[in-house]
Amino acid sequence: MSSSIRQDHSRFRNIVKGMIKKNLKKYITHGEMIGRKGKELVSIPIPQIEIPRFRYGDKEQGGVGQGKGEPGDAIAGGEPEEGDEPGQGEAGQGEGKHDLEVELSLAELAEILGEELQLPKIEPRGHKTLKSKVDKYTSIASQGPNSLRHFKRTFKEALKRQIASGVYNPDKPMIIPIKKDFRFRSWKSDVKHENSAVIIYMMDVSGSMGDEQKEIVRTEAFWIDTWLRSQYKGIETRYIIHDATAREVDEDTFYRTRESGGTLISSAYKLCESLIDTHYPPSEWNIYPFHFSDGDNWSGEDTKLCLEMMQNSLLPKVNTFCYGQVESRYGSGQFYKDLAAYFGENHEEVLLSRIENKEGILQSIKDFLGKGK
Amino acid sequence: MAYGFDSSDLTPELKRVRDEIEGYARGYGLDFFDTIFEMIDHDQMNAFAAYGGFPVRYPHWRFGMDFDQLSKGYEYGLQKIYEMVINTNPSYAYLMKSNTMVEQKTVMAHVFGHVDFFKNNYWFSKTNRKMLDTMANHAVRIRSLMEKLGQEKVEDFIDRVLAIENLIDPFAPFAPSPRADLRTSARTDSDDEVEREAGRLKVDRGYMEKFINPPQYLAEQKVIAAEQAKKELKNPPSPMKDVLAFLLANAPLQPWEHDVLAMLRDEAYYFAPQAQTKIMNEGWASYWHSKIMTTKALKASEVIDFCDSHAGTLVTQPGRLNPYKVGIELFRDIEDRWDRGAFGKEFDECDDLRVAANWDKKLGLGRQKIFEVRKVCNDITFIDQYMTADFCERQKLYNYGFNKRTNQYEIIDRDYKKVKEKLLFQLTNRGQPFIYVTDGNLGNKGELLLWHKHMGMDLDAKWTKETMRSLAAIWKRPVNLETEVENQKKLYTYVPAVDGLGEDDFSEKLT
Repeated sequence: MSSSIRQDHSRFRNIVKGMIKKNLKKYITHGEMIGRKGKELVSIPIPQIEIPRFRYGDKEQGGVGQGKGEPGDAIAGGEPEEGDEPGQGEAGQGEGKHDLEVELSLAELAEILGEELQLPKIEPRGHKTLKSKVDKYTSIASQGPNSLRHFKRTFKEALKRQIASGVYNPDKPMIIPIKKDFRFRSWKSDVKHENSAVIIYMMDVSGSMGDEQKEIVRTEAFWIDTWLRSQYKGIETRYIIHDATAREVDEDTFYRTRESGGTLISSAYKLCESLIDTHYPPSEWNIYPFHFSDGDNWSGEDTKLCLEMMQNSLLPKVNTFCYGQVESRYGSGQFYKDLAAYFGENHEEVLLSRIENKEGILQSIKDFLGKGK
Repeated sequence: MAYGFDSSDLTPELKRVRDEIEGYARGYGLDFFDTIFEMIDHDQMNAFAAYGGFPVRYPHWRFGMDFDQLSKGYEYGLQKIYEMVINTNPSYAYLMKSNTMVEQKTVMAHVFGHVDFFKNNYWFSKTNRKMLDTMANHAVRIRSLMEKLGQEKVEDFIDRVLAIENLIDPFAPFAPSPRADLRTSARTDSDDEVEREAGRLKVDRGYMEKFINPPQYLAEQKVIAAEQAKKELKNPPSPMKDVLAFLLANAPLQPWEHDVLAMLRDEAYYFAPQAQTKIMNEGWASYWHSKIMTTKALKASEVIDFCDSHAGTLVTQPGRLNPYKVGIELFRDIEDRWDRGAFGKEFDECDDLRVAANWDKKLGLGRQKIFEVRKVCNDITFIDQYMTADFCERQKLYNYGFNKRTNQYEIIDRDYKKVKEKLLFQLTNRGQPFIYVTDGNLGNKGELLLWHKHMGMDLDAKWTKETMRSLAAIWKRPVNLETEVENQKKLYTYVPAVDGLGEDDFSEKLT
């Protein structure tokens, strides 16, 4: 009986997903529209899913209320809502005036992102050394604790033995298990190979990176997270900020900090490398460093150092190295050019992207994740 | 039993309680259909509520959306549906499994109030009491259409129809058929032996002719008759509020579309009286659950729990009118006034406030009066006839509106007349705009012309466009709407793309 409401519900969910897909660009561009709800859920406002009606304009309407207050007093609680009163079922009569907020799991969101941007599934690097052990009670043993005793099998054994020894009497079926008849449930250890991944975000927080640039980084990071999380189980994220020196921070600080000093990109790469060396042996981890900056570096000398570090110590360890250059009025954008000149625009492991403004986020996500690495 | 209903799943204790409450209700003179109570869990309750109380509806995503919202509201503890009852004979009511015993008692008393109302209120007298079967049939038919034609196609059409589902005339079931009227008047005319000139009055004495039928009068009558004839050629002859009926008769519909439209129209008419009597219906049911519980059914140990849930039902929020609260208070006020004889000419003309306040003729007509009111009134006549200045003041009713200067909703005034006027306006046509079909062949080009009867408030432009899109998809030719925006007459035109080529066009012009 209630399976039909499940069908209607999944139909509704499909329509919602379709709408999100259609408007994905808008949601990506305006990252603030997506609200986090706990660890696994996001809530997304969906416009215009309601069935239209001829109706009066909102502000025209007004109405009659009940309670205290003098003429001219604002109505507490803000905008009055028409809504469903409790009680009599009369669904479909209430006319909500707000956008509908729907909840989606991050996995569903990632799926939509993947389909819309046609992101290939990530091929984890060949090593599958991280093992996880899962115990499953799938077998039978002749030894074990009483709490795991398998009655049916025990009696079967007893029956077998009694028939074999001729003790069994069909007219008076009495089965008495003895010790060697006892059977117990037992487990098998299933070893699973898992691919773990770590994302290391690095960001330039020197004076030239303004709030708008950080907002772009934040939005892009959310989508990258969402996608990579759907590809790997147990993903970790680390955050590094740098100006002339680099330090590791938590997520919140990562987006909020603004320094005014100069910029030495190599400081971040050094820290990144040491993080990898101490915590994430490449044989067990898929490693994704993302670096966002406005492209200014203190000196050509430092840039040279960076390039060398990438070539010699970072690239052999990571899946891909992603560099996103957020365009800012103050930045020269030189670093992108240097990277492009050194590695070429279409390098397999060094992915470069220029993000001019919020509109560019979508393309940038595609640049980074479109390779399936 | 059909639909998986089985009243026998009530526990023996609940059965006993039901019989007890039913006894009290009958004792008070409530007169209801047999009522079958069904125990369900919150998930089923949410599903049924999404289905408008019915266990089976045709497949449609909006039920899923309502279910989504209800379930979320329940999970977050924001709302909980205690009871639900459907207007059928026998009537089915649902009890939530998780309700406490005192809640179940209250719900049962409340339900008997509703069913008494369904059975006896005049505005429900034309509803289909076998709606459970009808809904199930609709579900089967629409499902089979979907299997044959594809879910998307049928669902799209349903979406379109739902956009105009409210364009019906809830009073139509009570009116004699206007078409029949026309025919009878036409026959008397032709029965007349002498073919009379239009409007010419019968003259027995020839010399009176030029006094009774002066030339000027005859000329006027000719014009009127010509207009009348033109009108009758027009389809519809006069503005028609039941737009769905007009579409059924005139729109170029596929047989299956016709079928779906007819079914949805039936459902809309079925639900209409519930919207017309929301305040009364809830007020009446609350009045009786309160009466039965406080005078008969409540045990001392249950008083606090009852008060808690009762108060929750009657809670008022700023900017919102709780129909339960207004309804129950108005019924109580009527009962009190008719008990005291505080009505009629003598009372109305009494200027002495103290005398009026202590007015008591010991008539004791209150109970009788409220039963009468529940029989004949709907929300509009209920408020119009029985809401007094005194009541308005005691209930702290106010008018609110949007202040563009401060950008917020504010209390405008507490003037009794204005409050009442506003409330009546909101109840009229369920607070929705009046839309009529005025011409089904505008400009002899097969275009549809609608007319919004402007009553001081403009239409929401964005929603109007979307709704006209749906209408145009059904009509398959351009659709026009006459309305008024900021005191200027306007004509909206929606031109659908021909055979899916090109784009739809929406335009507006001042007229």
